[in-house]
Amino acid sequence: MNDALTRAPGAAEQAVPARAASRMRWWTPYAFLAPYLALFTVFMLVPIGFGLWTSLHEWDINLPAKPFVGLANYADLFDPGSVDGSRFWLAMRATGVFTVASVPILIVLPLLVALLMNGRFKGRNVYRAVYFAPYVLGVAVVGLLWRYLLDGNIGLVNHYLGLDVQWTTDVPPAWIALVGVTVWWTLGLNAVIFLAGLQDIPRELHEAAMVDGAGAWRRFRAVTLPGLRPVMVFVVNATILASANMFGQSYLITAGAPADQTKTAIYLIAETGLRQFDMGTASAMSFVLAAFLMVASALVFGVFRDRDKR
Amino acid sequence: MNRDLRSLRRALLHLVLAVIAALYLSPLLYMLVTSVKTREAAQSTTPQWVPDPFTTDAYREILTSADSPVVTWFLNSLLAATGHAALVLVTAAPAAYALARLRFRLRTAVFSVVVATLFVPPVVLLIPNFLIVNELAWVDTLPAVIVPAAAGAFGVFFLRQFFLTFPGELEEAAELDGCNRWQIFTSIALPLSRPALATLFLLSFLTNWNDFLWPLYVLLSPEALTLPAGLGNFQGANSIRYDLLMAGAVIASVPVLVLYLVAQRWVIEGISRSGLKG
Repeated sequence: MNDALTRAPGAAEQAVPARAASRMRWWTPYAFLAPYLALFTVFMLVPIGFGLWTSLHEWDINLPAKPFVGLANYADLFDPGSVDGSRFWLAMRATGVFTVASVPILIVLPLLVALLMNGRFKGRNVYRAVYFAPYVLGVAVVGLLWRYLLDGNIGLVNHYLGLDVQWTTDVPPAWIALVGVTVWWTLGLNAVIFLAGLQDIPRELHEAAMVDGAGAWRRFRAVTLPGLRPVMVFVVNATILASANMFGQSYLITAGAPADQTKTAIYLIAETGLRQFDMGTASAMSFVLAAFLMVASALVFGVFRDRDKR
Repeated sequence: MNRDLRSLRRALLHLVLAVIAALYLSPLLYMLVTSVKTREAAQSTTPQWVPDPFTTDAYREILTSADSPVVTWFLNSLLAATGHAALVLVTAAPAAYALARLRFRLRTAVFSVVVATLFVPPVVLLIPNFLIVNELAWVDTLPAVIVPAAAGAFGVFFLRQFFLTFPGELEEAAELDGCNRWQIFTSIALPLSRPALATLFLLSFLTNWNDFLWPLYVLLSPEALTLPAGLGNFQGANSIRYDLLMAGAVIASVPVLVLYLVAQRWVIEGISRSGLKG
């Protein structure tokens, strides 16, 4: 979700005052920048290149020899008959299933909640705080808690729904569980972003539409949705990226069960690179996943830009 | 008539929101309740909303057990989150100030490169950053969870937006008074941006406190773990001790919930106005 600020609504560019530079030595700005740029170089720029370099090698952290293998790690991934290839596409499938299942819900429900809360009424901030609360907890707490509540034998979920479903070891129930937990956890996040966007839409637009005799649905279509467009692009994009990076829920609630069907791509990358130390393969996997994510982002921008032209 | 209808609608809205809110918080309540149950009661097949008998055994056991040095994890998390948030402020604030208020030749170039990394999916950093941290001999130590994440561009962007809104007159006046750039930064820009700095500190603290994947793989020995990583490992070894797991979850939740209650508006407004990291 790092790409927030470039696209955040209302991000105004302003001119720097012309006289500000008058008394400054040429190196002063660089001195201001140096500490951050040192971190940025070592842990952001270098790793991008280093990761690509690693993906072209057979790289085990414990072995002195790290032979250059060219694109063999990538070729291996695109060979469905290979062990790495079949594991990788199973994980990519898991990431895809989760993303496709979770993103629409994580857009529609928070939007509804934001619309409900967009009036002025007593206690609005209390509700906002309540819906947002699970998000401050972090995935470890959320995962442990729901692993308990979703337990197939003693869990509250089965008890109150009168079901006997193995939420943590059976698909599709595991997908419903993982999506449900994620909605509970992050609904408030998207809702407060939508709410901030709704409050930026000028009231006069709604009033004008009302004077023109537009009903609630018509006003939603003609005023609210277009007004939310920049926020919507941001939320859709950030939610896709967050869902495609889902790790903790799967790690703690299903542990990838059954038979790695809910083991997501990032989970497999971490296990392959940081448990089995096959870092060449893991790096290649991460660049393939990254390529998919960048295509997804480009598609989101494309879709919303087309709408704009019409 | 019209007014009656409106107050009815309002009451209905409140009812709907209150029911959802109660349902929303009930899992957290159950976590708290279960943490003060006996081992047997925590595994009962019928839900028990009032612990009977009430006991703090789970806390005593998880706090004293050798497999789960929760106090150490707690201190590690506190140190890591505080250190990380402080590092973000110390590095991002001057960088953001330079990019927002100073004119220099490479400004656009530096800014473009930093912007560009916002579009790089963080997953590609996972393996190489582990290798770099390993080269620095930071694996299994707190710097591994404090430093690398501070390279993210979020803090710089967040503060730059804020610095851009300053009126230039203040700085000009200070310059006429003979202040140099550093003095202007520390005596004018920083005090004026206290709310933004506090929000960034808070968001960085929360993100670091809750971070799960990275500490899980970069911290290895039991006494080096943060709370989320420790609890994750602990669950793997004690999957049916829900009394202990819920006690651990409560311990991990209390600091962030307290911070959230105290600074709720800052957290929510900081996040909703600027997007967020994580």
